[in-house]
Amino acid sequence: MTPPTLDIDVLLRDRSVRTIVCCGSGGVGKTTTAAAIAIRAAEQGRTVAVLTIDPARRLAQALGLEHLDNEPAPVDSIDSSAGGSLDAMMLDMKRTFDELVLRHSTPDKAQQILENPFYQAVSSSFAGTQEYMAMERLGQLHAELAGGAARWDLIVVDTPPSRSALDFLDAPGRLGSFLDGKFIRLLMSPAKAGGRAYLKVMSVGVHTMTAVMSKVLGGQLLRDAQTFVAALDSMFGGFRERADHTYALLSDASTAFVVVATPERDALREASFFAGRLASEGMPLAGLVVNRVERTRLPSLREGRAEAAAEEADGLPERTGTSWQPTDTAALLRLHAEHAAQAVRHEAAIGRFTASHPTIPQVLVAAAAEDVNDVGQLREIGAQLAE
Amino acid sequence: MSSGDWDGVRLHVVTGKGGTGKTTIAAALAMSLATHGKRVLLAEVEGRQGISGVFDVPRLGEDEVQVATGPGGGQVMGLSVDPKAALLEYLQMFYKLGMAGGMLERFGVIDFATTVAPGLRDVLLIGKVYEAVRRRPSRRGTRSAQLYDAVVLDAPPTGRVGQFLGVNHAMAGLAKMGPVKNQADAITALLQSAQTAVHLVTLLEEMPVQETVEAAAELRALSLPLGAVVINQEVTPPVGDGTLAQLAATDFDDAPLAADLAAVGLRVGPRMLAGLAQTGRDLTQRLALQDRERDALAGLGLPTVHLPLVPGGMDAGGLLELADAVAAQGVFG
Ligand SMILES: Nc1ncnc2c1ncn2[C@@H]1O[C@H](COP(=O)(O)OP(=O)(O)OP(=O)(O)O)[C@@H](O)[C@H]1O
Ligand SMILES: Nc1ncnc2c1ncn2[C@@H]1O[C@H](COP(=O)(O)OP(=O)(O)OP(=O)(O)O)[C@@H](O)[C@H]1O
Ligand SMILES: [Mg+2]
Ligand SMILES: [Mg+2]
Repeated sequence: MTPPTLDIDVLLRDRSVRTIVCCGSGGVGKTTTAAAIAIRAAEQGRTVAVLTIDPARRLAQALGLEHLDNEPAPVDSIDSSAGGSLDAMMLDMKRTFDELVLRHSTPDKAQQILENPFYQAVSSSFAGTQEYMAMERLGQLHAELAGGAARWDLIVVDTPPSRSALDFLDAPGRLGSFLDGKFIRLLMSPAKAGGRAYLKVMSVGVHTMTAVMSKVLGGQLLRDAQTFVAALDSMFGGFRERADHTYALLSDASTAFVVVATPERDALREASFFAGRLASEGMPLAGLVVNRVERTRLPSLREGRAEAAAEEADGLPERTGTSWQPTDTAALLRLHAEHAAQAVRHEAAIGRFTASHPTIPQVLVAAAAEDVNDVGQLREIGAQLAE
Repeated sequence: MSSGDWDGVRLHVVTGKGGTGKTTIAAALAMSLATHGKRVLLAEVEGRQGISGVFDVPRLGEDEVQVATGPGGGQVMGLSVDPKAALLEYLQMFYKLGMAGGMLERFGVIDFATTVAPGLRDVLLIGKVYEAVRRRPSRRGTRSAQLYDAVVLDAPPTGRVGQFLGVNHAMAGLAKMGPVKNQADAITALLQSAQTAVHLVTLLEEMPVQETVEAAAELRALSLPLGAVVINQEVTPPVGDGTLAQLAATDFDDAPLAADLAAVGLRVGPRMLAGLAQTGRDLTQRLALQDRERDALAGLGLPTVHLPLVPGGMDAGGLLELADAVAAQGVFG
């Protein structure tokens, strides 16, 4: 069964595509793929920004990202002869959150929020904050103007390292529903009703509860929680609205998802879940990038034959006059046999994915012998994405 | 590395970059510690059911249940620590809450406290582990509880482990006194003592090693005792350095290689010769990369455990193989 081919150039030529999101489970090559796509797009003449999340240090350096910086900065090492450009940034989730607070509240109130321990917990470690802030930042980048027009005509988005690709879609909602939680609303009611009314509406039960909580955690906890909730109150509507808005952006026809997976069962299963989810949400899936596929240097020599030949070579008489011995030959044959076996496993895993998703376009990227961390290597991956 | 370096260790914490093999290695370590008559608790704290997956047993809940018999005849018990259950248990223990517990649940307080109260979730999770480590016979309320010779914690990944184990730091903004603060102090005392060792699992790849090095620095700054670096999924290539050196030489002569291939009946052409030689050179490149990562790890000055890649994926036999390899290297006492 031959699935349709994912040709990244077709996607990049389509000017109506303004966002490409690279998703996938942990460590499969999302950041690498996002960077490769961004470079290729820029070198084909598009005005591109790439939003990376936790890139490997050497990759970050290759993109000129020496320090964590929430602002896109030009990548000079690309070929701009086609008239394109590339800006790269690393997401700083706490800073994005802080700026959001600063933008949506008075300076006094903002300060109060920023110093609150609950805010600090939510903004730096709450599961889902990174995903939420990635979406938030994406929305901001799209809104940036230069000379009256959008500053970038394509934004390539990397997604946070997470076990499940679905987290990218679900996490912002989790943060939203946390902010919608029962206890939060309860804590908020005094702020809305005013201090005195608060005492009246508090049932005896709630009293007992808060008493227990302050006893266990110290009275400061509840005061902090109340300050946090009250201070964020004015922003809540804004928060959820924003999350909804960005989510809507993702289901827009101007967005294309690229799912990345390694040719292994678990990663492909995640890719499969994700594809199903996109379909049910009506979100556009451009296709699957199978990254780090084993390609032997010698496709015609099968594993079994190579193994048998190695056995035989081991039995050949020692050679005089040269240092190369039959055992060296046997070792090379065994090494090839290992690669060939791996290639067969990969092919089988991809075949299983294809069988259950025959219509999802695919493209394979070979496993490089080294880590991918310079612009030249990223270009090479970009080229494979368009083969 | 001599055996018995961590003889006094009762709490083994296993961390590493996501996906490097924390759960697998924690399980193998627990197995290797479960020698005759010993009982080891293997605990996870992220609700991922990793332990039941590795041992192929039903989902774990709040109860400690046996998941395996160690190859040495001991018992491995499993536990998936749930922060809500831990909070309720804790409230019950200190406050005899009774009905109020249910009310807290109903009002969403438990949810709130266990998801967002800064550091509280972690104190609760690790508090349960602490309780298991510190259990003594005849202690009030622990009559029916299991006693353990060692506890192995399948901890959060490197990116979060400092925050997770640094409970005192995390609590600083919150409870300044009271029982939770006392609890955090007691936990910290255990974690910083010679009874604890934090092991770092990594692969010989850039990102996991980078995270390992960063985590080691962070944990040291928190005065947490580091244990071993576990290099997981190591593969020994079938080609030796001597062969690779010859291939790398600029004047490599492939005539003998061609003669051997012909002698074993392969149809030899320039593509085959070039292909095989290049396969060897690719390996050289990959090994050089691994050496770079190895050097970075060596810089940590920690004992190292090497565990092989189990071919064809993990299964019960593979886990035993890893447990044996752990025991044979003697690092964990
Ligand atoms: N085709 C490839 N060949 C060889 N190495 C690769 C290839 N693609 C990616 N890598 C390497 O794999 C590692 C993981 O890649 P990357 O960081 O892009 O993954 P990720 O999905 O973003 O991971 P995370 O989930 O941790 O964010 C990096 O060291 C990278 O250099
Ligand atoms: N030595 C090994 N040989 C073969 N496979 C291994 C080995 N160690 C781990 N694995 C496999 O690698 C995968 C990841 O391992 P594991 O789940 O233990 O990692 P983890 O660090 O706990 O991951 P997570 O961060 O998702 O919790 C699993 O499929 C596991 O079976
Ligand atoms: Mg990444
Ligand atoms: Mg795990």
